[in-house]
Amino acid sequence: MKIHLDTSKCQGHGRCYSLAPELFDCDDLGTAVVIVTGELDDDQLKKATLAASNCPEFAIVIGD
Amino acid sequence: MEHPPVLDFATDFDHTDDAWVADPYPIMEDLRDRCPVAHSERYGGMWAPMTHATVSAIANDTEHFTSRTIIINNGRPGDEAPPAPIGVAPPISSDPPFHELARRLLLPAFAPRPVNALEGFSRELCNRLLDDMGDADVINASLQYTQHIPVGLIAKMVGLPPEDGDLFRSFVHEIIEAVDLPVEERIARFAPIEAYIIKLIEDHRENPADDLITYLLNAEIAGQKLLDEHVFGTIILLIIAGIDTTWSAIGASLWHLAHNPDDLARLVAHPELIPSAIEEFLRAYAPVTMARLVKDDFEFEGCPMKKDDWILLSFPAANRDPEFFENADQVLIDREVNRHAAFGLGIHRCLGSNLARLEMVVAIEEFITRFPKFELADPSAVTFSQGQVRGPRSLPIRILERA
Repeated sequence: MKIHLDTSKCQGHGRCYSLAPELFDCDDLGTAVVIVTGELDDDQLKKATLAASNCPEFAIVIGD
Repeated sequence: MEHPPVLDFATDFDHTDDAWVADPYPIMEDLRDRCPVAHSERYGGMWAPMTHATVSAIANDTEHFTSRTIIINNGRPGDEAPPAPIGVAPPISSDPPFHELARRLLLPAFAPRPVNALEGFSRELCNRLLDDMGDADVINASLQYTQHIPVGLIAKMVGLPPEDGDLFRSFVHEIIEAVDLPVEERIARFAPIEAYIIKLIEDHRENPADDLITYLLNAEIAGQKLLDEHVFGTIILLIIAGIDTTWSAIGASLWHLAHNPDDLARLVAHPELIPSAIEEFLRAYAPVTMARLVKDDFEFEGCPMKKDDWILLSFPAANRDPEFFENADQVLIDREVNRHAAFGLGIHRCLGSNLARLEMVVAIEEFITRFPKFELADPSAVTFSQGQVRGPRSLPIRILERA
């Protein structure tokens, strides 16, 4: 499982990089950036799912 | 000019009505069940969607809805209203494609890193306010605490004299609360605000400083300096949007804790829950309702919307929709899944959301550290603001325990 971020949907709410700073960061405009682009281990998957389920814009999908 | 009381919110909606101001949540719930997009002939014609789906659809539809005017008032937006795409207070009043250019100018200043650098300043400010309360048993948290925090932060970032806080709050009142006055009176009341901002701009031209006004005066879009009305409108926006909104959000959080002792005790014992509690307070007591205008005649969810009809875009209503949130009517400070829309949805996501969160977290942390137990001194004395920003304006709190 990997993190898929749709940057066209991201509006910079910042929920993902607040909840899972080990997986997400932001650029100078506050738009989300994925740090861990490869396969997620179990802990990372849990954190990534939490981040995805708090995104107001549905910009994050966890999948293959 | 006073509107008559609302008899049925489905057909005669008015967000300035006393019943809505006192407690809008049961009204939202009732409307969701029988009329999810309420209507009114007031203010020249308005629609008020009450579900998350309809609020989200409109917030994301810049083709049929314009942000040209975002505060519903008696001034029917006609030929006199400032035109799109810039609008009166860019970028909140701007539509694509200009919106993105105006927004990109401001985003870096409000991104997490520069905002988080203000944490120390915020803590000092909060502690000074707490010190000033002395050893009084009853304090007014709205007047002595919450209203001063955003003023201090905005004054520092924008470059305003912090001692003019009362003046900024009076601007806020004239622009976003006194919406039911005749247009001529609204224009007359705006004159001193205009004079103040123009003076502020002149002062910054003569004495540049490390602040947002100086930044705006030097900023360029496509190699051109910003138009004077753009700089003016953005300064108005920064003052208006950053003050009573966060004042309301911090106040609503303290109001909740003052009458939910279990939640207060839990946060005192487990301060690591504060960030999720803040998100939940933002969801449940979202302070900000925006507005849009219908661009051209358009049918939305079976509603025959007419050009220039107002849309009241209630993020608070979206945040209480049980179709979208589990246990939407309950305030759960450890809620795990929380896609709340307190900062809006789509391209106009609140520019100051990082600053608002910083202020809220610091204000609550410092308050409950200093006063681990407190309660409402008189629940009936708590008053809420009227209009598109909702929060406690008088909040008497009795301190039960001090650190």
